[in-house]
Amino acid sequence: MDYWLPLIFVSLMGLSLLLYIILDGYDLGIGILLPLASDDEKDRMIETIGPFWDANETWIVLGIGILLIAFPSAHGMILTHLYIPVTLMLFGLILRGVAFDFRVKVTAEYKSLWNKLFFVGSLLAAMSQGWMLGSYVMGLESGLTSIAFSIAIALSLPAFYVVLGCGWLFIKSSGEIYTKAAKWARTAILPMGVGLFLISIATPIASSTIAAKWFTLPAAIGLLPIPLMTGVAYFTALWVLSKEEILKAGYGWIVFVCMVVMCLMMALGLAYSIFPDIVIGKLDIWESASSTASLEFALIGTVIAVPMILFYTAFIYKIFYGKSQPLSYE
Amino acid sequence: MELDPFILSRIQFAANISFHILFPSISIGLCWLLVFFRLRFTLTGNKDWEYAYFFWVKVFALTFALGVVSGITMSFQFGTNWPGFMERVGNIAGPLLGYEVLTAFFLEASFLGIMLYGKNLVSNRVHLVSSFLVAIGTTTSAFWILSLNSWMHTPAGFTIENGVFMVDDWMEIIFNPSFKYRFIHTVTASLLTSAFFVAGISAWRARKNVDGPATWKVLRTGVVLAAIVAPIQIFVGDLHGLVALENQPAKIAAVEGIWETEKGAPLTLFGFPDEEARTTHFAIEVPKLASIILTHHVDGELKGLNEFEDAHPPVAPLFWSFRVMVGMGFLMLAVAWWGSYALFRNKVGPWLLRALSWMTFAGWVASLAGWYVTEIGRQPWVVQGYIRASEVVADHAGGMVLSTLIGYLLLYAFLLVFYILTLMHMSSKPARSLKESIDFAAPKANTPKPIATLGAV
Repeated sequence: MDYWLPLIFVSLMGLSLLLYIILDGYDLGIGILLPLASDDEKDRMIETIGPFWDANETWIVLGIGILLIAFPSAHGMILTHLYIPVTLMLFGLILRGVAFDFRVKVTAEYKSLWNKLFFVGSLLAAMSQGWMLGSYVMGLESGLTSIAFSIAIALSLPAFYVVLGCGWLFIKSSGEIYTKAAKWARTAILPMGVGLFLISIATPIASSTIAAKWFTLPAAIGLLPIPLMTGVAYFTALWVLSKEEILKAGYGWIVFVCMVVMCLMMALGLAYSIFPDIVIGKLDIWESASSTASLEFALIGTVIAVPMILFYTAFIYKIFYGKSQPLSYE
Repeated sequence: MELDPFILSRIQFAANISFHILFPSISIGLCWLLVFFRLRFTLTGNKDWEYAYFFWVKVFALTFALGVVSGITMSFQFGTNWPGFMERVGNIAGPLLGYEVLTAFFLEASFLGIMLYGKNLVSNRVHLVSSFLVAIGTTTSAFWILSLNSWMHTPAGFTIENGVFMVDDWMEIIFNPSFKYRFIHTVTASLLTSAFFVAGISAWRARKNVDGPATWKVLRTGVVLAAIVAPIQIFVGDLHGLVALENQPAKIAAVEGIWETEKGAPLTLFGFPDEEARTTHFAIEVPKLASIILTHHVDGELKGLNEFEDAHPPVAPLFWSFRVMVGMGFLMLAVAWWGSYALFRNKVGPWLLRALSWMTFAGWVASLAGWYVTEIGRQPWVVQGYIRASEVVADHAGGMVLSTLIGYLLLYAFLLVFYILTLMHMSSKPARSLKESIDFAAPKANTPKPIATLGAV
């Protein structure tokens, strides 16, 4: 169990963070798009995420929670190093989270202020997360390469969220917003692709540890499906977006699926690059793991609770299935 | 002046936790009140209860959102500012926090969606159950976090290997000596806080004649709940104090302002504790009473602060916080009983309504003061008797912590202003539904009707 428990928990942590990126990713993407929409469209767009965002956001709490439960020393090392971006992300998440309520409950004169703060919070959170990711992949170094790399991800991740958000709008909305989402997605998908491509190339150049893992035979052949699938998903999304008639026929959801596939592939690639370290080049998962007794106790709860969470999450997505209705407390 | 990152990190944590606790202290109790409103509507079919639900669920949504976002901040603070804490006690604190996320956070966050927006999409029964599950979620959340908090005050069920805390017995850890009292005291505090909160806002609405009979039903519910809960809270608080005396005598000595260990110690009602001179100036004392209350013996011995040199909490903040909490508690008891009596006699005057609306946030004052007694009372320890707070702080530059601290303070001040302004704005309007002649008594499942937009809720 000493060997397996850290493995189980690092997988669960990866899964939680991946779910977070996808689920809150579309929420944040829609938040970033908000200023481009008319006042009425803003309401429509937020309706598509209203019932989901809170549970979506909880996945990052679980991901960071598992880091804390299972790898406390890595938790301290990572969060201490990422002090500034974490704080900025929290400011962003705070503003975005309360804006959901304030924008519809304040007196009319302040509604536009809270719409702006919704946007600012979403963008700030997305960029900070990119910064954190970049810093983390660079092994928490503070050199110039690390900073440049962090900036590159800080700019690309919001673009990815935007395309994901458009994908969600294709699923949940219709009419004018559907058309606008197509326009926005077409604009965002190109810089997103260029950004991700550059980051993929830069990663092995910037980090020799990662280069060694990818460019040795036979690993390189076995790994080939990861960049291939990512590319296929990207160009499928690009193609679907360029075909007005496919989008009009209601196949916009394919874009969402493509983004999820890309996210999945990049997560796999990242996991392969890092494993078995938890802080690249500094700490591996076994060195930083909590005691076996603690992990066993946490595992019992996880085995019982996670299926239940997935079950009622599915139940809630089923209740709010289909094109979103105007939200109302009645 | 040298910026001390330790002091700044402490202030930042204190600011975060103080701001955070304001919202759960309302939402835990308020959610059970919502379940009650919903249940009354389901059982009686009286639309007033439905209107009550609609108004208060909006207040709940706002309060809950503020609690969620400020709570997420807390979970990151452990890592960003206090990494040593998790490195030392992660084996114990980690799983407790993990269970909170797994059993509470997802439950409340998920079913909140149905509770707020699902009325037309699900049956009345599913909607009622969803409200109930959110209430269970908020209370379960309190269970786990208070278990960890209590463990930091009264650690049990562990062994230490190379400075790292190892688990010995989970039941002893979860149900550590102070947990039971702290949990009941906190949940009761939330019931009392939310009772005064709904009564205060309803009194204000009643004076402005908003929402008619529904407002009066909520007012009555709040006042009666407060009248029942206030004496229970005082009783539980007393028991809680006895546990603290046993496990954290320095905290009690500071609360009572007792400097020298003595038998038959007097109760200091009022005075000015002076840590330098190690005395309490102008003390108004009742002979022997502290010993009688705390040991149930006329000549019971109470340990004085001088026994814990260099390891006792700062005296004045504890001494004053405790008196604010107790004073507020008795004030709430008096107003709740006066209100119940007046409501029972059907003679509610404008002064009662005024008094109630002044006391809308009385629970906040008492809760914050209570938490300051508890938390400042544990200093200088982070885990009582084992780890000092100064041992686990992150080694950041003072300027950086200062800038984030200022950021948090500005943000929190901004949010608090908007929270109160928004509450006032919402309270001055009728629950939207009251104006519409929708037949709430027959909720239809899966038949969306032309309904209000998000923009109007």
